[in-house]
Amino acid sequence: MCGTCGCGENLDVITITLLGDKVKNEEKEMVENYFLKNDHHHHYGKVHHHHHGNSLGHAHETEHDHTHEHLSSKVIQVEQDILHQNDLLAERNRGYFEAKNIVAFNLVSSPGSGKTSLLEHTLDTLKDQFHFSVIEGDQQTLNDANRIARLEIPVVQINTGKACHLDAAMVIRAVKKLNPKSDSILFIENVGNLVCPAMFDLGETKRVVIMSVTEGEDKAIKYPDMFHSAHLCIINKIDLLPYVDFNVEKAKAYAMQVNHHLEFIELSATKGTGIEQWYNWIAKNKRI
Amino acid sequence: MHELSVVMSIVEMAEEKTRQHGATNVEQINIDIGCLAGIEFGALDFVWEAAVKDSVLEGAERIIHKIPGRGKCSVCGNQFQMNNIFDSCPTCQSYQNEVITGQELIVKSLIVN
Repeated sequence: MCGTCGCGENLDVITITLLGDKVKNEEKEMVENYFLKNDHHHHYGKVHHHHHGNSLGHAHETEHDHTHEHLSSKVIQVEQDILHQNDLLAERNRGYFEAKNIVAFNLVSSPGSGKTSLLEHTLDTLKDQFHFSVIEGDQQTLNDANRIARLEIPVVQINTGKACHLDAAMVIRAVKKLNPKSDSILFIENVGNLVCPAMFDLGETKRVVIMSVTEGEDKAIKYPDMFHSAHLCIINKIDLLPYVDFNVEKAKAYAMQVNHHLEFIELSATKGTGIEQWYNWIAKNKRI
Repeated sequence: MHELSVVMSIVEMAEEKTRQHGATNVEQINIDIGCLAGIEFGALDFVWEAAVKDSVLEGAERIIHKIPGRGKCSVCGNQFQMNNIFDSCPTCQSYQNEVITGQELIVKSLIVN
């Protein structure tokens, strides 16, 4: 059964594609498909295989379960976080990034808030200043990765199939393909979804949530988990403010109710208004 | 629908623990889920039966302990019941609060045979 939407089809296919430096017309030439077929266990299939000799892979087994007999039944005290496996893998990513001095930003938003446009403008402007690489997450298509590849930035597309979020295991596989340079910046553009990606740590340095002024100003309290877990909130498309009924201060106040540590940057990715603040924020976090 | 991913993780954990203890079947599973953990309990119910089918959890009694949310106000130090992450402190109305409990997502125990 599909582990994401519950449908009966065997849709447990995650595709990870490394795009070449040049965008070729024949995409298929560049596509390497990795299929994880694992009964009904989906993308977690890879996770729960134990790698012997790898202390991290076995870390949870150092915990002792406490058991006592219950006639023929046995009680196992588990006391284990349900997302433990994802969190372990995320910490592994984090350690890898730290060792290579890679700063990783996880970009999250609802579909259409302007994640890819912001990324395109950012990469185009700063690519002479920093080394970048990009992981694109979408259910289907190489469209976003192609947009990044045009800028001659190393990019991997994760197609999650039916999955609604990236998880740490997918990022590990993507990073292996990407092989990012030391002392660089990695952008991970998550699947456009303000709910599910909130729960899944990818090992990022900072989480950036993007909302746009064409959305409701109460987005933060409608989808509090995402805003609660983010470090920075970008309010995009501010060039459209004269045409929409969106109060920036109100939107910020709602977001601050959810997370009073949140920083804000207002900008227009397409017109460039306010985008310097974002570049400064990136530079500041690259130094840390 | 990340609840299904969550249930699949529970299934994996139960499969692994059951195997480690030489058992074949789970009679009962006890799970702590915080009310601020981002889990929709209705969605969890909805996916549970389908997700546990053909696993050690099929037919297991599922006991979910809902852990109420509690927050602590960073301004006045008051602790209070938090129904939403964005609730204000009932004493000083500040939104500068930290979540103390309610974000748990833990498999507590299994009864296996």
